[in-house]
Amino acid sequence: MGKPNDLVQGTLDLLILKTLSLEAMHGWAIAKRIQQVSGEVLQVQQGSLYPALHRLEQQGWVKAKWAESETGRQAKFYTLTTAGRSQLEKETTNWNRLSAAIDLIVTEA
Amino acid sequence: MRWIAQLRMRIQMLFQRVQAGARLDDELQFHLERQIAENLAAGMSAEEARYAALRSFGNPALLRDQARATWSWTWLELLLRDVRYGARTLKRTPGFAAIAILVMALGIGANVTLFTVVRSVLLKPLPFQDPDRLVRLYEYSSDDKFPFNIVAGGVFAEWRKQNRSFSDLALLGGAEFNLSGVSGQLPEKIHGVACTWNLLPTLGVQPVLGRNFTETDDRHSANATVLMSWGLWKRRLGGNPAILNQTIHLDGQLYTVIGILPAGFAYPDASTQLWTPVYHYKPAEQMDSLAAHQFQVIGRLKPGITAAEGVADLSVISRRLHDQHLDNPFISKAANIKPLLEDMVGDIKQPLYVLLAATCCVLLIACLNVANLLVARSAARRKELAIRTALGGGRLRLLRERLMESLLLSAAGGFAGLLLAFGAVQWLVSTRKDMSRVEAIHVDGVAALFTLGLIVLCALFAGLISSLSTKSNQLLLSLQDSARGSSTGRAHTALRRSLLVAEVGLTVVLLITAGLMLKSYQGLRSSDLGCITENVLTMRLGLPGARYKTPGPAPVNFFETLLGRVRTLPGVEAAGIVEAVPGQGYWQDEDFSVVEHPPVPQGTAQYAIYRFAEPGYFAAQGIPILRGHTFDPNRKLDQANQAIVNAAFAKQYFPNEDPLGKHLHNEKKDYEIVGIVGDTRYSLAEGPKPIQYYPLYAGKENAGTLVIRSNRNVEQLALPVQRIVQELDHDLPVSDVLTMDQLLGKSTVDQSFNATLLAVFAALSLLLAAVGLFGVLSYIVAQRTSEIGIRIALGAQREQVLRKVLLDGLRPALFGLGIGLVASVGAARLIRSMLYGTQPLDPAVFATVAATLLLVAAAACMVPAWRASRLDPMQALRTE
Repeated sequence: MGKPNDLVQGTLDLLILKTLSLEAMHGWAIAKRIQQVSGEVLQVQQGSLYPALHRLEQQGWVKAKWAESETGRQAKFYTLTTAGRSQLEKETTNWNRLSAAIDLIVTEA
Repeated sequence: MRWIAQLRMRIQMLFQRVQAGARLDDELQFHLERQIAENLAAGMSAEEARYAALRSFGNPALLRDQARATWSWTWLELLLRDVRYGARTLKRTPGFAAIAILVMALGIGANVTLFTVVRSVLLKPLPFQDPDRLVRLYEYSSDDKFPFNIVAGGVFAEWRKQNRSFSDLALLGGAEFNLSGVSGQLPEKIHGVACTWNLLPTLGVQPVLGRNFTETDDRHSANATVLMSWGLWKRRLGGNPAILNQTIHLDGQLYTVIGILPAGFAYPDASTQLWTPVYHYKPAEQMDSLAAHQFQVIGRLKPGITAAEGVADLSVISRRLHDQHLDNPFISKAANIKPLLEDMVGDIKQPLYVLLAATCCVLLIACLNVANLLVARSAARRKELAIRTALGGGRLRLLRERLMESLLLSAAGGFAGLLLAFGAVQWLVSTRKDMSRVEAIHVDGVAALFTLGLIVLCALFAGLISSLSTKSNQLLLSLQDSARGSSTGRAHTALRRSLLVAEVGLTVVLLITAGLMLKSYQGLRSSDLGCITENVLTMRLGLPGARYKTPGPAPVNFFETLLGRVRTLPGVEAAGIVEAVPGQGYWQDEDFSVVEHPPVPQGTAQYAIYRFAEPGYFAAQGIPILRGHTFDPNRKLDQANQAIVNAAFAKQYFPNEDPLGKHLHNEKKDYEIVGIVGDTRYSLAEGPKPIQYYPLYAGKENAGTLVIRSNRNVEQLALPVQRIVQELDHDLPVSDVLTMDQLLGKSTVDQSFNATLLAVFAALSLLLAAVGLFGVLSYIVAQRTSEIGIRIALGAQREQVLRKVLLDGLRPALFGLGIGLVASVGAARLIRSMLYGTQPLDPAVFATVAATLLLVAAAACMVPAWRASRLDPMQALRTE
């Protein structure tokens, strides 16, 4: 695989929020989940993931809790807040509109 | 409730930052562990798994920083950290920090002081209502010699009556009052003005207590009334409001105090303390004269009328008056105008801007020097910075640190400078009471803001310049530079050299400007007044007109008795009285005609400076009597019909004949010229002018300057003489007790002040430039220690090394000198009007400055050069 795709910041936020909407997860799991679900296309670099998570936490979209992970070690689990859920809806709508528009242009001709 | 969550987060981030930091590390560590575990599961060996995980993880420090960057309060954290780092680095080199702060403090302090003065004096609007519409009005003299001549009372009256452009015109003239003491107070001479009743309404000022003059107060038949300044009322009357409508004794006459003016009101200047109606105070004939120019006139333009329209209106009136009296050559044909502010501060505008420019140069040099010192430090810290960059220190972060360092320096310097400015402004206000609007000078909020601005500017300037010098793409180079025996690249010192060139150039400009001003001042002080100035004491006496009527015998008797007693005092060699001594000013001129000459054509006139003198004056002042003799002391009052002229007068008006025995006609009386005396100057800056002397004993004048000459310390005579005056008339104050030297010093205080300040600034910059040169060269030598060691080891002569290093240091000095000399030519032209008897391109000044600068530069370079040539090659090669 070549260089991992650069994710636009807003898109990364959307991916994280979406991933977290199913269950609480720690950073490693979030990265893995995105990678798996996207069929190994999207690789989230740590350098983008953790700043994004912390930014979402500062903004109140997600909240964090320390809990025991599957390996038995304490890890930081992120969950979506109510505000985060509505933000996810907003960003999803946005994304749909945007991708539909891009789709139109690309499939045209 | 998102905002609650955010708020909680913010509070948490503010107070639990350390825990949050630890948790972040833990979180990242967890991620790493999972990656290693995954790698192991994929079949890598333990070590391999670890390395692969670390590789994919990237720079952990940078990652941590990036995550932390999203936290709130990060700016505060970074700021505090930068301040801490900055302070720590500075503390490690206290000498450097102290010098840099001192340099900044001097630069910023001088700038804030001059800024405060320029703003308060030149830029702030006058504290009057609608000051933009206030103007000063002049007559344009008919012989074109005085475009801004003062105004005759009669002309003012016509202007006021006939003009259509001004909402009001007011007139004022100087007046000296003897304020008698009550209950044991000493009498005091008070400076005041006589003004028309509408002066204050025209300015838009109200008394704080009592009332303003009314039109009925401003008549010859009215009772005497006076308005008092706040300061005089507080000082002399203890601020007692009961004084209103009470009387005080001025010149032995009763004046009713009708009001007190607000504190801070100062018009026409800060020394004015009493105002009285002019039509009551001055004789009617003076007020009606169209030709006796002796008053200041101010006006308030009507809305929508420009100054040009206003002056055109008045010129029409003046022209009409002129044409109606063609026989009188002293009636002007036109009027002239200046904005009131311009009129009050016009004289000091250029000197103040020159001084401000000088302080800007000093600050610039100070900044360059601090930048230079910072460059030197950053060069010394190159390796540290390279290592930090290699370990993941962001470039912006390092730049910020550097800026913070220079910000700390300039902030400390700025606050010290602000304190300095406070002191300097206090000093200036107390030493330059004669300056217009000096009462308006205060260090205020705007000055503080200006200081803040300067601090930021200096910090950016010094910090950015020094940052420019380290190129982070030379990272590897820096790390390799430690290789033994290599010397650092030349490119690195290029920036410092160009900073030095700029510094030296600015210094040269300042030195030359200061040199020209000093030379001009020296020339001024050494110009020959035409009389003795050593051990001569002068004091002003003004006899109150009520008790010493003129013309009359009372003043003559007083002056004669006084001189008789003063001359018997031990130590007095000679004493005399004159209206005004040389150097005391122009005072007045008067027209005259020579009886033996044909009358001058109609519409023209002869006039010359006019002085009353007592027979012993010429001897007392040491003015030589070239021919003839002094006034006959026995001819008094109507018999006093002799005149004396000076050599310039004789030359101009009696070119090919003997003036002795000729007669001057003046004020309806003929005077025989009995003597010719040497020329004197009324002002140090002006050449000798024709002067006509008339006998004081004619009894027409009751004020004058007492001149006492002694063969030793003449100041000791001041008290005994004043005691004699008190004994003769206990209600007569003596003022301006000054030796001739002090009097001349006072008359040139402007020039001496400007020259001295400029010289101080120039000396300061010279010192800074020398320090800069010394620092740079020492640094270069230290950097090249091993190279020089090798050269010497290979047989280079020590003299060769010395010459090489010396030239290395002198080159920027020479460049700077060249640039500075060229720039000085321009600067000198700009200040040409401030120079007296000195050419702007005075070769002596230019040569002296060039020599001084080279000498200082050579001295500054000599120490490092000498040190380089004395290097022990063995030691040098071992240093690294």
